[in-house]
Amino acid sequence: MTSTGTIFQREINAYFLSPIAYVIIAVFMVFSGYFFSIMLGITQETTLRYSLAYTQFILSILTPVITMRLLAEENKTGTMEPLMTAPVTDFAVVFGKFLAAWALYNIMIAPTALYIIFLVWVGSPDYGAIVTSYIGLILMGGLFISVGMLVSAVTKNQIVAAVIGIVALLILLVIGLASAGNEGWLYSTLRYIGTYDHWETFTKGVLDTRDIIYYFSFSALLIFIVVRIVESRRWR
Amino acid sequence: MIKVEHLAKRYADVYAVDDISFEVNQGEILGLLGPNGAGKTTTMRILTCYMPATSGTAVVEGYDVFRDSIHVRKLMGYLPENVPLYPEMRVNEYLQFRAKLKKVPYRERKMKIEECIEKCRIQDVKKQIIGTLSKGYRQRVGLADTLVHDPKILILDEPTIGLDPNQIRQVRQLIKELGEKHTILLSTHILPEVEMICGRVIIINKGKIVAMDTPSNLADQLKGGNNIALEVRGNGEKIKEALSGIKGIKKITWHDNGEISKYSIETERDYDVREEVFSSIVKNNGIIREMKQDAITLEEIFHQITTKEKEVEA
Repeated sequence: MTSTGTIFQREINAYFLSPIAYVIIAVFMVFSGYFFSIMLGITQETTLRYSLAYTQFILSILTPVITMRLLAEENKTGTMEPLMTAPVTDFAVVFGKFLAAWALYNIMIAPTALYIIFLVWVGSPDYGAIVTSYIGLILMGGLFISVGMLVSAVTKNQIVAAVIGIVALLILLVIGLASAGNEGWLYSTLRYIGTYDHWETFTKGVLDTRDIIYYFSFSALLIFIVVRIVESRRWR
Repeated sequence: MIKVEHLAKRYADVYAVDDISFEVNQGEILGLLGPNGAGKTTTMRILTCYMPATSGTAVVEGYDVFRDSIHVRKLMGYLPENVPLYPEMRVNEYLQFRAKLKKVPYRERKMKIEECIEKCRIQDVKKQIIGTLSKGYRQRVGLADTLVHDPKILILDEPTIGLDPNQIRQVRQLIKELGEKHTILLSTHILPEVEMICGRVIIINKGKIVAMDTPSNLADQLKGGNNIALEVRGNGEKIKEALSGIKGIKKITWHDNGEISKYSIETERDYDVREEVFSSIVKNNGIIREMKQDAITLEEIFHQITTKEKEVEA
């Protein structure tokens, strides 16, 4: 088994050995269920589109709670030292942790499949849009987790990691939302950097390579930076 | 085995390790002795590839710690100070994880882990959650982890810190046993520990090596002799003169308290002058109220060396 796999396995176990995974999943189900039923009541449309707009907001708050412990905890308790003196590369450690958090994120959103069953039961939803929405959700999760990890890498304090992570994700959400409908290079740049626009196309049932590239490249860049930060103890 | 040359590590403007060179030979137990903040942990962190040196080189079995760090890490088992462990894991799960991380082949893994558990005597807590373990057990779990990939070299940073006297004895015994198969570099600021388990000692202070030898040679070199403390009733001046005539006495300091005088006598190495001192005082009509011999311990040597260094710098 590769080092990344070993790290991944330990991190997943750590999530489910502590209450954190269960708490996050429960909180997410409460809020996503609430928004689903409210939006269904208002719009009377068998679609996930409207409730998913709120879901992004909930995810901006919950994902940093998933990622806050990833590196901050190891920094604080000193377990970074035995970890990094084992024959593993910095990338393997960072990527294994990233994959574990991403897996937990996907487990967290999985119960929303129940809403689809409900939609199928009461009407005939647009399956294409549902599939693309989930692809979008998963890709967005990757980005959110890289943002959270970046914050977790620079601090020893998990609370600080969570709060700054939440603020960063909300800023990413807001700069896209706030510049909607405005013209000019500044607004279009902000819209491009912000997560909202890219996410919205997925919920409409459109798979645009530009959006896929946006999520992939942004996440990859952040993971690269995290690896550099972990490495930085070597040149500090 | 390990060859360190002109190693230095600078933090901002302070040198934590300042141009040290030493070698660790195959099969020996080398003690790194020094007060807190002397640079022991920094040296070990450089050797275990946790951080690089500012300048100088460290080579382990022909591999450079910076350039071939993954190779070096495979050869070493490192027990960091205070033994950081994951509190939510069980002991056997943790060792399983560490063995996988250190690339112990699947077929050998189970056997190796069992071996380490047995060697470190942690069978009783195998299934226990690490967070609930006592300090002594944590230390031994840490040691089991350092052994799990059967490394040639063990680097142990303060392995007995924070343990009770019984646990300290057990851990020392364990290290001695391990010394038969592994090359060990350990750090400590407890002197008897070095005298008991190390074949060779390096005393470092303020990032520099101040002495390097076997514990007994070191003691001989620096000891110079014994101290005798005396308390005598009688003619102080006369007795002092009589004592000065005795062969083997290097120096007498005399505190005159009227009728009672106190002397402190330094003798040369390998001389026992107590009987001659007794008879010469009796001859001069003195009455001995107290006579006490103190052998200089490694503790005093350590103190002498490390404080001397401070005075030089100040």
